[in-house]
Amino acid sequence: MQLVATPFFFYLLSGLSLLGGVLVITRRNPVHSALALILTLLALAGIYLMLYAPFVAGVQIILYAGGIMVLFLFVIMLVSIEKAEKERQFNKLWLVGIPATFAFGTVIVYIFTRSKILPVLLKKPAPVLLESNNTQQVGLVLFGNYVLAFEIASLLLLVAIVGAVVMAKKRI
Amino acid sequence: MFQISILHYLVLASALFVLGTIGVLTRRNVVIVLMSIELILNAVNLNLVAFSRIWDLNGQVFTIFVITDAAAEAAVGLGILIAFFRNKETVNVDEVDLLKW
Repeated sequence: MQLVATPFFFYLLSGLSLLGGVLVITRRNPVHSALALILTLLALAGIYLMLYAPFVAGVQIILYAGGIMVLFLFVIMLVSIEKAEKERQFNKLWLVGIPATFAFGTVIVYIFTRSKILPVLLKKPAPVLLESNNTQQVGLVLFGNYVLAFEIASLLLLVAIVGAVVMAKKRI
Repeated sequence: MFQISILHYLVLASALFVLGTIGVLTRRNVVIVLMSIELILNAVNLNLVAFSRIWDLNGQVFTIFVITDAAAEAAVGLGILIAFFRNKETVNVDEVDLLKW
């Protein structure tokens, strides 16, 4: 298969996203974590562009980096973080959690590298995905096969809005 | 220069997943735990988009659904956080024990 992804950009963007991820889970101030998460999200949007998914990249920037992160920063503004900054940041689980998680990640990568089906998939000629009409094709699939799921997603968003308003009310 | 294959993207996604899981398991601040969940969801999204490169567009459509889900989860989770902060004046996960006997 022929990917136009140049290795330089791949390693640059993946390095940026991993740096952002490490900063998210190590910073003491949640605002710094949120800014690092925005870095990760933007780097991932670039990687989506490299994978011929411009619509998903746009949705990632608009919805994630623009919408959800503003929600996070707004809530950080509402809760006071000065007291939490002075406390212990990691709980007692870290001694077990970090090695166990790394072992789990090693298992995942081992499965990916040793799998019999992935080389078969990679040998398959890649479908011709044109960037120019990617949005049109995604829309056709979204409103064709997945129209019921689309409607259910709108219902989910309605439930989430109502739930968030009820949760944030003065007295529950 | 060697070619970047789908496997590279999958390994990057697993690295992000591991980072997010470490954040969920070890941090005490609820806001950062929610951000780590966003990291995990982004790892899943990267997997889906990478597989949609060699399969067809269904992966990208699923990515849109996952992003919708992330928005709903963030809204409800942060709403719960505000309600919790109003009651106990803290944002630490290990002090969330209202339902413990």
